[in-house]
Amino acid sequence: MAQSTQEILEGLAEIVNEETGIDTASVELDKSFTDDLDIDSLSMMTIVVNAEEKFNVRIPDDEVKNLKTVRDAVDFIAAAQG
Amino acid sequence: MSSDTRVVVTGLGATTPVGGTVPQTWEAILAGRSGARPMEFDWVSQYELPVTFAAQIHTPPEQVLAKVETRRLDPSSQYALIAAREAWADAGSPEVEPERLAVAVGSGIGGVWTLLSQWDTLKEKGPRRVYPLAVPMLMPNGPAAAISLDLGARAGAHTPVSACASGAEGMGYAVQLIRSGRADVVIAGGTEAAVHPMPIAGFAAMQALSTRNDDPAAASRPYDTARDGFVLGEGAAIIVLESEAHAKARGARIYAELAGVGMSADAHHITAPEPEGAGASRAMLEAIATAGGTTADVVHINAHATSTPVGDVAEANAIRRAFGALADSIPVSATKSMTGHLLGAAGAVEAIFTILALHHRLAPASINLDSMDPQIALDVVHGSHRQLPAGDLLALDNSFGFGGHNVALAFRSV
Repeated sequence: MAQSTQEILEGLAEIVNEETGIDTASVELDKSFTDDLDIDSLSMMTIVVNAEEKFNVRIPDDEVKNLKTVRDAVDFIAAAQG
Repeated sequence: MSSDTRVVVTGLGATTPVGGTVPQTWEAILAGRSGARPMEFDWVSQYELPVTFAAQIHTPPEQVLAKVETRRLDPSSQYALIAAREAWADAGSPEVEPERLAVAVGSGIGGVWTLLSQWDTLKEKGPRRVYPLAVPMLMPNGPAAAISLDLGARAGAHTPVSACASGAEGMGYAVQLIRSGRADVVIAGGTEAAVHPMPIAGFAAMQALSTRNDDPAAASRPYDTARDGFVLGEGAAIIVLESEAHAKARGARIYAELAGVGMSADAHHITAPEPEGAGASRAMLEAIATAGGTTADVVHINAHATSTPVGDVAEANAIRRAFGALADSIPVSATKSMTGHLLGAAGAVEAIFTILALHHRLAPASINLDSMDPQIALDVVHGSHRQLPAGDLLALDNSFGFGGHNVALAFRSV
């Protein structure tokens, strides 16, 4: 079932917090995972896999490099949920 | 720097089954408290483990570390990091060039929790769910690397691995790093986190563990006639070692000198100690000789004394072999009676007890020694603590590991 952008953002922020310790409030749509949140590629893979499970979507490895901002990830998940 | 560079202890840190810090742990040792208790995990009954207790960590790392640290580090690294931070603070967080600061922290088994839980994940959920940090978490050098990263140690990060002698070997290696001129300060010790059903089943299969399930606190009883194996423990102990010149230049408090190191290998059997103690006694004598002392200078021994029927006798024979008649009157402490056996951290924990025994001039009493094994001809401190004399003293910390590893550390009072 499709979730709202806000719901996905909140869920994603929880995953990011769990993996990296970054405060959920800092996980904002326009933040870059690498440049703003300082998330490395290993942590990103864990976030992706946890997001797949939480949102019941598939995020192909090739797609991960395109998810530069939090908004990219939220949009991708929303589209994948259809 | 040279081979006669004096190496001193300026900081202590530990997280053990009896305390979350060194002061807590030492207080528990002086109070004679056991850290052994029943394991309250589903897997104990699920696998019908023959041993249902262990000396589990006193203060869970979740209470000390940030959530992200507990998530990204194997428990063995978590314990090491907690102990290293305590030791570093205790040493006064010394100003030292990163290129002159090293780490030497051993582990007997390494990241066994991560290895086996990620194997479970692979089987249950497939390869995509295996944690990307699984390999750096399970590698045995993970604890040394975590400390190196945390404290910015760039002279080298090393991981001696010699089963239950690993922690002592870490400290011995640290002495070499300082004496060879490669570092001024070394964060050294050992860590272990193997309270997991697989290692427990393995140790139980070789009948190394006590099965006194109805009375865990009485299970670790070195030298007692009713001893039936060791009690698995977990935790870490880390000390800050530095050249005496470096310590004095910064006005550091000095607990003791790590004056001598002895190491040998039995080449006898993969697990059984050489029964006459030839290799172990050589390690002790080498430690004393490299400390510039004689057997007559040794006033205290913290024995390896795991509470196994064979091991305790072999060590007693080795002490007798090294010290002759002097062994009649050297107070021996068997602190595993309280902490259990911390495997790769054991030698490091007991090094701290040896250092504190010299520092406070007090050899701690062992517990659970109700009926001395007549095969043991040692002066084992029990019942009450033993005062150590004033003056310039040497004390030994013995550690032995599967594989025939023998390590003895000789500490000198200051």
